[in-house]
Amino acid sequence: MNTSVSHQTHSHSSEYELLIDGANCGSCVKKIETALRGVPGVEQADMNFAQRTVTVAGTAGVQSLINAVEQAGYHAKESEAESEEDALSEKEAADQAYYKKLMRDMSVGLGVGVPLMIYGLFIGDMSVNTSLERVAWLAVGVITLAVMFFSGKHFYTGAWHSFKNHSANMDTLIALGTGTAWVYSMVVIIAPDVLPEMARHVYFEATAMIIGLINLGLALELKARGRTSEAIKRLIGLQAKTARVIREGEEKDIAIEHVRLHDHVRVRPGEQIPVDGEVLEGHTSIDQSMLTGEPMPVEKNPGDTVSAGTINKTGSLVFVATRVGKDTALANIINMVKKAQNSKPPIGRLADVIAGYFVPTIMIIAVISALIWLNIGPEPTVAFAIVSATTVLIIACPCALGLATPMSVMVGVGKAAEAGVLIRNGEALQTASQITAMVLDKTGTITLGQPQVTDVVVIGSYSEDEILGLAASVESGSEHPLAEAIVESAKSRGIKLSNASHFNAITGYGVEAEVDGKSLLFGNEKLMKDHSIHVPDATIEQAQGFANEAKTPMYFAVDSIFVGLIAVADPVKEDSIAAIQRLRRNGIRVVMLTGDNRATAKAVAEKVGITEFFAEVLPNDKAKKVQELQAEGEIVGMTGDGINDAPALALANVGFAIGTGTDVAIESADITLMRGSLHGLADAVAVSKATISNIKQNLVGAFIYNVAGVPVAAGVLYPVFGILLSPVIAGAAMAFSSLTVVTNANRLRFFNVKEH
Amino acid sequence: MWIINIVGVLLIALIVWWFWLYKPNETSASKDLVIDVENGVYTPAHIKLAANQATDIVFNRKDPAPCAEMLQVPAFDISETLALNKQTRIHLPAMPAGEYDFHCQMQMYKGKIHVQ
Repeated sequence: MNTSVSHQTHSHSSEYELLIDGANCGSCVKKIETALRGVPGVEQADMNFAQRTVTVAGTAGVQSLINAVEQAGYHAKESEAESEEDALSEKEAADQAYYKKLMRDMSVGLGVGVPLMIYGLFIGDMSVNTSLERVAWLAVGVITLAVMFFSGKHFYTGAWHSFKNHSANMDTLIALGTGTAWVYSMVVIIAPDVLPEMARHVYFEATAMIIGLINLGLALELKARGRTSEAIKRLIGLQAKTARVIREGEEKDIAIEHVRLHDHVRVRPGEQIPVDGEVLEGHTSIDQSMLTGEPMPVEKNPGDTVSAGTINKTGSLVFVATRVGKDTALANIINMVKKAQNSKPPIGRLADVIAGYFVPTIMIIAVISALIWLNIGPEPTVAFAIVSATTVLIIACPCALGLATPMSVMVGVGKAAEAGVLIRNGEALQTASQITAMVLDKTGTITLGQPQVTDVVVIGSYSEDEILGLAASVESGSEHPLAEAIVESAKSRGIKLSNASHFNAITGYGVEAEVDGKSLLFGNEKLMKDHSIHVPDATIEQAQGFANEAKTPMYFAVDSIFVGLIAVADPVKEDSIAAIQRLRRNGIRVVMLTGDNRATAKAVAEKVGITEFFAEVLPNDKAKKVQELQAEGEIVGMTGDGINDAPALALANVGFAIGTGTDVAIESADITLMRGSLHGLADAVAVSKATISNIKQNLVGAFIYNVAGVPVAAGVLYPVFGILLSPVIAGAAMAFSSLTVVTNANRLRFFNVKEH
Repeated sequence: MWIINIVGVLLIALIVWWFWLYKPNETSASKDLVIDVENGVYTPAHIKLAANQATDIVFNRKDPAPCAEMLQVPAFDISETLALNKQTRIHLPAMPAGEYDFHCQMQMYKGKIHVQ
């Protein structure tokens, strides 16, 4: 037995989980707990009898704990961390073994069924008329029984256990269908006189063929299912197995599970980053494409962060581990993708409701069908009744209905993850496919979010450097991107900054402060007007010109006298234009929101091809704009990267967080874009649309299959066309209906996100 | 013929009663409760829980069929993979009184949680 792990260290105290062997009764629990509590340093020992595990907290070493359990008469070992990769390998080995078993069962079923069917079709009559035929068919009946036992046992035991449990499933239908065919055939052999001569037909080939075909269908479905999880396998494969840690000045390779927080880790060129961390030494470029989909390597220097799963390209690095184990970004991504793959969009709920009532309903239809044939069918009525009931039971496929949604979600969410798009759940996936309006925040979403000073206009006696120096001194305490741009620019010119006092941020206007005894005002035109500071008309025109070029002009006054303008521009991301075009091509209304002035907003909007924008939107009003669009009947996607976007992200039908944004924004989002590019948005919409359309195909296919197949099996076509399905055809159709659903879901793997 | 028809109707009534109307015995959940996942059924499949009290339930999957792999409790958005031949602990949040289904992805395995 194995369970989840744990070995957590809290200061000097550790927590271990031990696996206990030999504890077979409730009284063992007390004995083991007492033995462990007697070990010096043990603070707490709690056994879980169901899982045969005991959790021990304290300062005692793990070996002394194991010894104590052994002395009490049991066996113990430390529960080891099972990596995702180990779990996956185990699952693949189990699937492989099950596949072999199914193929073996299929061979036996078809090995008997195919010759019987060939005999019935081309060689002889499968009816019982003479004593010799009775003996021969009795032998075939016994062989078929052996097939049922060897290859179909799992259907019969499953059906029996379900029946005892007052539930019914696919096994119930198969067991009832094949069982009915076999029992009827045996009645024909053992007591032919109870049936009219025309009805003395045996159906052993149907029993053997159905068992063979359904096992084949299950085997192929298992293989196809394996392929649906390729994306998550690739993500899991990104996790390094070992890390080179530096402890007490010595470098050694250890298993990834044993890397601790604050360990110093060395990574050489070409190696994977094993855990998340912050670079201490070295300079390199890192390939992050596997996580973000971004092909360009990213430069890393001391102070920069690195993520587990990415690849160190050029230089050697030493970094301090900041997140290990299940806390790394990669582990969180894997967890999020797995959870999303398992969740179900609302579109699949109807199928769930139907699946819940499906099997007993089919059983009732089979009984009704048999009764109709017996009452008003042509001779031999008994044979027709048996064939129709058996075929109804066999053709019905609840699995196709049940699989229709989850298989597509599995592939679609994985496909999105490969493109650097993390979808939180099935609902987000479905809503993303219905988005009609996309709201984009300007700064950091459409633009790089890294503004630079482009122009300094001097009016009066102050020099450019003096204006920049004073403005930077005022802004040095601010974290606003525009402020950072000014401080950076001053520093790059070697300007020494002074301390600012009486700092006051006036929301929506700018700031005021005192530097070197001077009273400074720095902000927009309204700030100047509010303080009755005269700005020359020519300068206002010049500022307007800057704004038209997508630059943000900021007015600067010293001691109530206007002295200059500083223009800052935030460059548009390289691929924003193309990404916005993709969204519009998909019929999505693109709306830009910004706190920036109208002229700058207009210039940026024109540059990227957006016709609808709202400027000077205060942070709190972003959510209001989303509501307004929703009131117009739009299904709104909101994209943002900052803390102030969180309410709007939460309110939108689908909130998109740019992966380079804050944790708060990511937590509020339904979909996270791992890279900063807006192409992620178009990718997310494209994958969602493709996935939902795939689900619809599956659902429609599964519904039509059952809605059309069951009446045909019951014989509705017989009165007009003389067609009554053979149970063998029904078995083949049933086996391949779920396979078709899984195969159709697998088509999504070849969906090219970039082309949509 | 009418005997066959009566038998048929009784059979339909039996199906309705056995699969839809019958109220099976319920097993009270405790920290030692293990639900076996084998032969197409959860054993036990009908669990009784106290309302507004979070609980852990352990599932022991013995069936290699992929159908048995996923456990879903739709009302609480729980969807977990059950490892084969291992015990998997599932945390159930505090639930208000009511009946909640749990099942595999295809709803071939089915169970009910009765919170009271």
